[in-house]
Amino acid sequence: MQTNVDITLRVNGAAVSRRVEARMNLVDFLREELGLTGSHVGCEHGVCGACTVRVDGRIARGCLMVAAQADGAEVWTIEGLSDTGELRALKDAFVERNALQCGYCTPGMLLTAAELLERRPDAGRAEIRRFLSGNYCRCTGYEAIVDAVEMARGR
Amino acid sequence: MKPAPFAYVRAETLDDVFRVLDERGDGARVLAGGQSLVATLNMRLSAPEVLVDIGRVAGLAGIEDAGDTLRIGAMTRHVEVETSELAAAHTPLLASAMPHVAHPAIRNRGTFGGSIAFADPAAELPACAVALGARMTIAGRGGSRTVDADSFFRGLYETAVGPGEVLTAVEVPKIAAGWRSGFMELARRHGDYAIIGLAAHVQVDGGRFGGGRLVFFGAGDRPVSATRSAALLEGEAWSDALAARIADELKEELDPFEDLNADAAMRRHLAGVLVGRTLAPLAAG
Ligand SMILES: Cc1cc2nc3c(=O)[nH]c(=O)nc-3n(C[C@H](O)[C@H](O)[C@H](O)COP(=O)(O)OP(=O)(O)OC[C@H]3O[C@@H](n4cnc5c(N)ncnc54)[C@H](O)[C@@H]3O)c2cc1C
Ligand code: FES
Ligand code: FES
Repeated sequence: MQTNVDITLRVNGAAVSRRVEARMNLVDFLREELGLTGSHVGCEHGVCGACTVRVDGRIARGCLMVAAQADGAEVWTIEGLSDTGELRALKDAFVERNALQCGYCTPGMLLTAAELLERRPDAGRAEIRRFLSGNYCRCTGYEAIVDAVEMARGR
Repeated sequence: MKPAPFAYVRAETLDDVFRVLDERGDGARVLAGGQSLVATLNMRLSAPEVLVDIGRVAGLAGIEDAGDTLRIGAMTRHVEVETSELAAAHTPLLASAMPHVAHPAIRNRGTFGGSIAFADPAAELPACAVALGARMTIAGRGGSRTVDADSFFRGLYETAVGPGEVLTAVEVPKIAAGWRSGFMELARRHGDYAIIGLAAHVQVDGGRFGGGRLVFFGAGDRPVSATRSAALLEGEAWSDALAARIADELKEELDPFEDLNADAAMRRHLAGVLVGRTLAPLAAG
């Protein structure tokens, strides 16, 4: 039985094929094999949300998937979604409202907020808080992040 | 790398799964959504020799209207149940529980069957399954069998799924006329495992309660159906006095664990608080 796995997937729109160890997490694959270090690694057991990436159209914890599970998937990271401009309104709002300090949580916050605005464009503050509940920020105290998402919602 | 080395098999059929489980015995683990398993691998709390990924096995995902029940395939992701019109219409208890199961990114990957098979004592879905009288379908090489929720949960992280077997689906009875469901939990942070929670499924007729179930999670080593406390409801209308009687009975009936979040006395107290908050609106509405 194989401890190495061949995978083929699309990352930020480009096809990628690699042989990886079965135990390699998706976020480590993105960071170490592909050099996409915008997805961060915090707790490594699903609690903090720093590793959030988009897999087949939906956010996922990069630390709770092995890369082997992403075979055939369409993966987008903060790098690709910045290039496409999809996160423009959210990013501008984060800057305007000072919704980041160290920035460690920010890629995960942006991807999570983008999914919220797509699924529930009319979300109010309470709903924004609930949807972001799985993403820790140790700097801002969250208020400014909720402000920014609320601001981007209207744009 | 965090986890110890393991091999990985991407199963296409249930037979592939059974073959690996038979060959490797205890060394093999089923990988569903991975939202509990990969976390324990990262922390090296478990070190299986091989993971069998059931994510692509045909026929394991989806919610189906099966007459008196909804049949929920084991690989159905939490988000599918959360947003399902069938679940909202026929199993309001599940619909109100889903937003409390972890966080959005985890609900996008984690599966209904994974939650039931993992059987965390503080998890929402096992308690809902017991409250609603769900039936679990378990398949193995020799065929499949069905187990009632009451006998499915056997202890801490322990279920009726035996060696070489896989949970394939859960049949959840649709809510019947005259029944109401209520769900509530107390957690430190929305989406985290509950300190304690309640899945209630009761008959209400003209403002009076009939039979039903009060099933607590985070209150023992498995979902705890408080039958003596629920019996106090029968024939009664909601009142503060009734709430107090049930809260007192729960202090006798429940034997919760202690952890960093709460000691046993606090959990017993919160159980009574949850009953009041959950049942009062059911009696009224
Ligand atoms: C930060 C965080 C918070 C969470 N909060 C909650 C919460 O509040 N409530 C809650 O209920 N859950 C919570 N979870 C867990 C989440 O709901 C998981 O999705 C779920 O427990 C397991 O489902 P899975 O599909 O991810 O299973 P996996 O992680 O793939 O598997 C879990 C276990 O079940 C076994 N298994 C899985 N599917 C089957 C099957 N079909 N047949 C036989 N065995 C099987 C596996 O072998 C493994 O041992 C949380 C997780 C995290 C990381
Ligand atoms: S690093 Fe993945 S959730 Fe914290
Ligand atoms: S800005 Fe520092 S963790 Fe959020």
